[in-house]
Parts: sequence; structure tokens; C-alpha cells
Amino acid sequence: MKCFSAFVVCILLIMPNVAVGQTLYDELGQKQGIENIVEELLFNIADDRRIRHHFAESDLTRVHQMLSEQICELTGGPCVYSGDDMVTSHTGMGVTRADFNALVECLQLALDTFEIPVGAQNRLLALLAPMHHEIVGL
Amino acid sequence: MKTRMKILASLLPVVLSCALVAPVSAEGGRLLATGGVTMIEGAAGGGLVPWAVLSSYAEEDEWGGTVAVSQADVNDFRLSVMGVSVNYRNRLELSFAKQTFNLTTIGGDLTQNILGAKYRLGGDILYGQMPQISLGLQYKENTRFGLPQAVGAQRDSDIDAYLAVSRAWLAGPFDRTWLVNGTVRATRANETGLLGFGGDLNDSHELLAEVAVGVFLHRSLALGVEYKQKPSNLGFAEESDWSSLFMAWFPSKSVAITGAYVDLGEIAGLAGQEGFYLSLQASF
Repeated sequence: MKCFSAFVVCILLIMPNVAVGQTLYDELGQKQGIENIVEELLFNIADDRRIRHHFAESDLTRVHQMLSEQICELTGGPCVYSGDDMVTSHTGMGVTRADFNALVECLQLALDTFEIPVGAQNRLLALLAPMHHEIVGL
Repeated sequence: MKTRMKILASLLPVVLSCALVAPVSAEGGRLLATGGVTMIEGAAGGGLVPWAVLSSYAEEDEWGGTVAVSQADVNDFRLSVMGVSVNYRNRLELSFAKQTFNLTTIGGDLTQNILGAKYRLGGDILYGQMPQISLGLQYKENTRFGLPQAVGAQRDSDIDAYLAVSRAWLAGPFDRTWLVNGTVRATRANETGLLGFGGDLNDSHELLAEVAVGVFLHRSLALGVEYKQKPSNLGFAEESDWSSLFMAWFPSKSVAITGAYVDLGEIAGLAGQEGFYLSLQASF
């Protein structure tokens, strides 16, 4: 039981107070911040030989706009996603589980670049993870 | 005592060189830390508990593996472990561990080899509705049975079976990623098998619980706690449950370093077996 008590004490000492009153949209730097993050994400993907082939035929300006809109809306920003649903936009791409994870890693690096706090990173990933089954294996 | 340290020390370059070579192929398709670390029986998990996760970073169309060395030093004993594992398509994990339990106060060694298999029945640690569920088997064999036999162990080899369920929450309490694992094990191993299997008090498999809870302070650094129920089959000394408080650091997908405080209670009549655990793992 000593270990459990020590664990609880550590958690209470280490954990910062969760930001109150700030939406995730704010924490990501609102519209401009999200657009910067998505741009960095696309640069990271272009450098990633595991997944860049999936974007070879894509209109990257449109991908940038759609992803930014989608993240803006998901995180509570004043945007309306105008693109196709996830199943439609990924059918035929053959995205594997490993590809999905590679994209998550590219996004994590982009979030690191803009020094987005760990808590906000986790909240964003938790919003995106449920799309896994609408993207992978189609 | 000294020789044991030397053996462990001589293994370090092997692990470190594996870690240096590993980046060439360490492009496994799973996210950082999702393979856990090598637990003392060689399976992927924490330190004491096998989790439902499979070792390395192999995704469904890949294979991978790990090499690890670990040591736990408590007041009167020292456990040294060498473990290797392979993961085929994130479906089947095969592992081998060689344990040496040095009786630093009493004198002598207990030794055990463990051959493990873990099959992912379904689910996923992160995605979808279902948590990751795996079934594991461990064939354990004492390589020196004299002492276990003398204290009442009934046999020198046996099979443990376990069912493990693991799930991570990306943004759990404090907006941190949390992992919870529960394992139910059927076993009659004395001190995990180091003192043989079955005894004068009980000679049948019992169902025992093992749990782990961890929180990722950052995606490369986890703090966690584990608890492992143990049977008490031998009349000569009561056996204690084990617990640990661990910190695992994943500087890259190639290397993991785990440090822990371990509380092993009373072993072979000697109380207060607390101490420290260190484990180094290379993944490929």
C-alpha cells in the first residue's frame, strides 16, 4: 500500500492545475495558431517517407484549409467544417493502422514545435482518435 | 555477489549496442510506449505485471522484438533477469526470460527459465470501443531444484495462464494520458516460481489479481504503480503480495529505461524486502 500512497502523493504534487475557462481552441492559438500547426503538420508529412505517398496526389492547399477548419470546429472554435465526411475522404486510400499512427506522430511534432502544452496536446488527440475506424482500412 | 554484477555489467554493452543498431529498423507502426516495457518474466508489461500490450512497436503488418536486462535489489535478495521477445503482427508475442535470484544474506542462488506466449484476442490499447485483451501462457522451469524441494515445493516446472485487459485514456484526469491494466492469473508458483510450484499447504492453481495504473507526465515519461497478489503454498514461510512504484522513460522507440521502488514484503521468512529496480530495454 506504500507504493499506492506514494503514487497518489506524486500525482498531486506533480500535476499542474488544469487550465480553467480556456477552450482547447484558445490553447492552440485560435484560428491562426491552428493554421500554423496544420501547416507544420503538412511539412512533417512531406518529410515522412512512411506516409507522404498518401498525399502525393492531394491539393495541399485544400487539405490545409479542410484540416484547419475541422480542428477549429472540433476544438470549439467559430468554424464550420465544409469538407467531406471522414469515410468519404479516405475511401480507397488504403490507410493502415501504422499510417494513422505515423500521422499522429507528425502532428505531435508539429504541436511540440509551437510548444503546445501536454494537456492540450492530449485533449486534441482524444478528439481525433475516435475517427480511427472512419479512416483506417478503407 | 560481485560476479553477478559483473555478468549484468557485461550484458549492458549488448543491450546498448542493440539500442544503437535498432534505429535502423525501429520504425514500428505503433505509438511511443504502447509496447510497455519488459517485466520480470520477459513479457511486455510493467515491472511485476504482464499487461495486455504486446512487446516492441510492431503493428498488424510488421514484426518486432525486444532485448532487456533488469535487476531488483532488496535487503536480502537480488533478482537479475535477461529477457528477449518477438512480436509477430501485434498478434502474438513470444518471450524468454532467464532469472537468477541471489540469496545475498543466506547464500546461494535460485534460477528459473520462463518461456512465454501472449496472444492478443482483440481490442486495442488506444482506438475503438474495446480495450486490448490478451491471453498469456508461461512455462516456468527451475534450473536448480534442491532448495525449492527442501522447503516443500512439489515440482520444478509448471504453467501459469493469465488474461490481461489494458486500456489507455488519451486525455484522462489532469489532461494526462492514463493506462490501466488488470490481469487475472492462474498459478501455483511459489515466489513467482523461483521456489518451485505447489507446496505442502496447497498444490492447485489459484486465480490471483494483478493491477497496474500509470500516468504519462509527457508522452515519453510514465509514472505508475503495480500490485501483484501471490499464493502462499509453502508452510515454511508465508508469501507476501508484491508492489512497485515505477518510472519508465522512453527516449525513443529504440530504448526504454525503467526505475522502480519495489516492496516485496517477506520472502523465505525474511521481512522488509524493499529496494530498487532498474531495467534497460532495447526494441527493434
